[in-house]
Amino acid sequence: MTDKALKSRLSRSRTRSAWLFLAPMLVTLFVVAAWPLGRTIWFSFTDASLDMISEARWVGFRNYLEYVDWGDGNGQYYGILVDARWWRSVINTIVFALASVSLETVFGLIIALVLNQKFRGRGFVRAAVLIPWAIPTIVSAKMWAWMLHDQFGIINDMLQSLGLITEPIAWTASPSTAMIAVLMVDVWKTTPFMALLILAGLQMVPQDIYEAAKLDGVPAHRVFRKVTLPLIMPAVLVAVVFRALDALRIFDIVYVLTPNTDATRTMSVFARENLFDYDKFAYGSAASTLLFLVIALITIAFIMITRMDLEGKRS
Amino acid sequence: MKMKSLLSGVAALAFIATGVMAEDLTIVHGAIGRDQEVLRGQLDQFEADTGHTVTIVSMPESSTDQFGQYRLWLAAQSSDIDVYRLDVIWAPQLASHFIDMNPYVADIIGDFVPAAVESQTVNGKLVALPFFLGAPALYYRSDLLEKYGEQVPATWQDMTATAQRIMDAERAAGNDGMYGFVFQGAAYEGLTCNAQEWVNSFGGGRIVELDGSININNEKAAEALTLAASWVGGIAPEGVLNYKEEDARGVFQSGNSVFMRNWNYAYALSAGEDSPVRDIFAVTTLPSGGEGTTSAATLGGSSLGVSAYSEHQDAAVELVQFLTNYENQKERAIVTSRPPTLTAVYDDAEVAELQEFIPLWKPVVDNALPRPSAATLRKYNEVSAAFWTAVHNTMSGDGTAEENLAELEIDLTRLRGPRW
Repeated sequence: MTDKALKSRLSRSRTRSAWLFLAPMLVTLFVVAAWPLGRTIWFSFTDASLDMISEARWVGFRNYLEYVDWGDGNGQYYGILVDARWWRSVINTIVFALASVSLETVFGLIIALVLNQKFRGRGFVRAAVLIPWAIPTIVSAKMWAWMLHDQFGIINDMLQSLGLITEPIAWTASPSTAMIAVLMVDVWKTTPFMALLILAGLQMVPQDIYEAAKLDGVPAHRVFRKVTLPLIMPAVLVAVVFRALDALRIFDIVYVLTPNTDATRTMSVFARENLFDYDKFAYGSAASTLLFLVIALITIAFIMITRMDLEGKRS
Repeated sequence: MKMKSLLSGVAALAFIATGVMAEDLTIVHGAIGRDQEVLRGQLDQFEADTGHTVTIVSMPESSTDQFGQYRLWLAAQSSDIDVYRLDVIWAPQLASHFIDMNPYVADIIGDFVPAAVESQTVNGKLVALPFFLGAPALYYRSDLLEKYGEQVPATWQDMTATAQRIMDAERAAGNDGMYGFVFQGAAYEGLTCNAQEWVNSFGGGRIVELDGSININNEKAAEALTLAASWVGGIAPEGVLNYKEEDARGVFQSGNSVFMRNWNYAYALSAGEDSPVRDIFAVTTLPSGGEGTTSAATLGGSSLGVSAYSEHQDAAVELVQFLTNYENQKERAIVTSRPPTLTAVYDDAEVAELQEFIPLWKPVVDNALPRPSAATLRKYNEVSAAFWTAVHNTMSGDGTAEENLAELEIDLTRLRGPRW
C-alpha cells in the first residue's frame, strides 16, 4: 500500500467518523428546526385552519397576494402583502429591533468596560448584573406592567415625588409611550447579556498592549478607539447578531405589557393572532414564513456588510 | 386517623361494589375576583360526595388570552382537560370540540334562563351548560353624589357631566387621585363589550346584525365613540386604555373613581369587609344615549362544556351538573354576585336578602345584548378585534370616530366576503 493511498483512506475514515458524530445533531436539527419550518412554509400555501389541519388543500399564493374580481368590473387585492396591519407590524418590529439593539450595545459596552476593571467585589457585581437577564421574560414583563401602572405603579409615584411629572403617565396604555415602555423593559432585561458577551471579548485583549500604550503616554480615549474597539469588534458583532435575531422575533414583552394595538403589534404578535385567535392558520403561517424571510435577509445582509468571520479563517 | 382510613377504605369498596370508579378530572377556567376560591370549595364537596378528584387549571384574566390556549388544546384533541369554562360567545366557534349536553339535561334545561341556553345552542347541539351570567352595571359613589347634590345619571351625557363636576370639586379639595369614570379600555374582548353598549345605547346598531348585515358606520355610533374618546385623559385616567376588569375595580374600590362600568362580580368584592368603598357605593343600570334611546347591557357570562376528547366524559358531565345545580348557583350568587343561570335562584329569598343586587338584575339579564358571535360564526374573533381596534384607535386619538368607523366598515365587508 502506498503512502498516498493510506493517507486518503485515513482521511476518508476521519470524515466518516466526523459525520457519524454529527449525525445525532443533524437529526435533531432536522426534527426540531427544518421539519417545522418546512411545514409552516407548506401551510402558508394552503387553506389550513387549526381544526382541519389534516385536510389542508394547496391554494398557491392566495395567502400572500390574490386579486379577487367581484364580478362587477371591480375587484380588490387580498393577502398579507397588501395587509396594512402586517406592514405596520413589520415597521414596529424593525423600529424596536434597531432601537433596542443600539441601546443595549452602548450600555452593554459601558458596563463591560466597568466590569473589566479590577475592583473589590467584582465577581459579585458580575453575577449581580445578570439577574435581570435570568428572570423569565414573562415574569419581568408582568413585574414592569405593575411598576409602570398609571395608578398603582411605583415609577409614576417616584417621578411624582421627585417633581418631574405632575400627572401620572399611562406608560403602557398611551400609543405614544407604549413602544418606549417596551424598549425600556427590553433594555433593562437584555443589556446584561450584551455586557457579558462584550466582557468576554475584552478579556481576550492582551494586557501588554495597554502597558505599552501607557509607557508611550497615549491618551485613554485614543487607546480605546485604536486598540480596544478594533480588538473587541468581532465579539461585539456576534453579540449584535444574537440580539438582533432575538429582537426581530420579539413577542412576550409586547404581549404582556401593552394593549394589543397598532402602536406595538410586532410580526410575531401578528402571526400568533392569526394562527390561533382568528382561525386563519394558513394566513398566520404566511406571516410566520415572511417573518422568517425578513430575519434571514437581515442577518445575511448584516454578516456580509460587516464581513463577519464565521469560518474562523482569519484567526 | 385509623377511623378515617377505615372509612375511606369502606368508601372505596363501595365504589368498586357499585361499579363506579373514582376518576381524576381537570377543569380549566379563567380567574377573576373570588371565582376560584368558591369553585374550589364546591369541588371539595363534589370530591367528598363522589370520590372523584378534580384539579383546577387556572388561566389568565383576559378571555382573549384564554381562547388562544383553548384553541391549541382542542385542535390537538388533548385529553388533558375534561371540563372547560367557556365564554358565552365561544359556542359557535368551538361547537365541534364539545359533547352535546342535551341528552344529559333534557329534564332540567327548562329551568335555565332561556337566553343563556340559546346562546350555547348551535344547530340544535347544546355545546355547554350555562354556568353563570354576566351583565354589566354602572357602579357609583353614592356618598359623593349626595355630597354634591347630584342625581344618579340616566344618560351617558349626564354621567359625563356629573363625573366631571365631582372630579373637579374633589380635586380642588385636595383629593388629587380622583377620577370620574373607569371602564375596560384595553384592546381586548372586554372593550368590545363596553363599546357595543355605548354604540347600541345611542341607537347605533349591533356591529353585525342578526341577518349578517354590517351596521356600524353611522352617525349614532360615531357620536357614541366621540363621547367615549373625550373621557380618556378627562374624566378617565389615560391608563384606562390598558385597563381590564381588575384594573378598573382596583381604581374604583380604592375610592378613586366616581363611576365604574364593570361586571357583577365586582359588586361582592366592593361590598366586601375589607373594601374602602363598602358602604358608600351603589349600582344602577348603564346609562342610555339620550332621549328616545334605551340602556344596553352586553350579555356576558360563562358556560361549562365537556371536551369531546375527555376520557372521563360521564364523570365530567356529573361535575358540570353538580356545579350548575341550585345549591351551588345560589352560593355563587351570594358570594361572588354572579347572576345565576337558573331562573328560580333569582326568586330565592335568601339570595334577595344577602345579595339584593341579584333579583334586581333579572330584567337586565333577560334583555341583555348578545355580541354578534352567532351571526359571524368562525370569524367572530376577527370581527371583534377589528371593532375594538377601531374603538381603541379613536380613544387614543388616532383618527376620528367617523374615519375609524368608515375604515371598520371596509374591513368588515372584506372580512365577510360573500358570506360570514
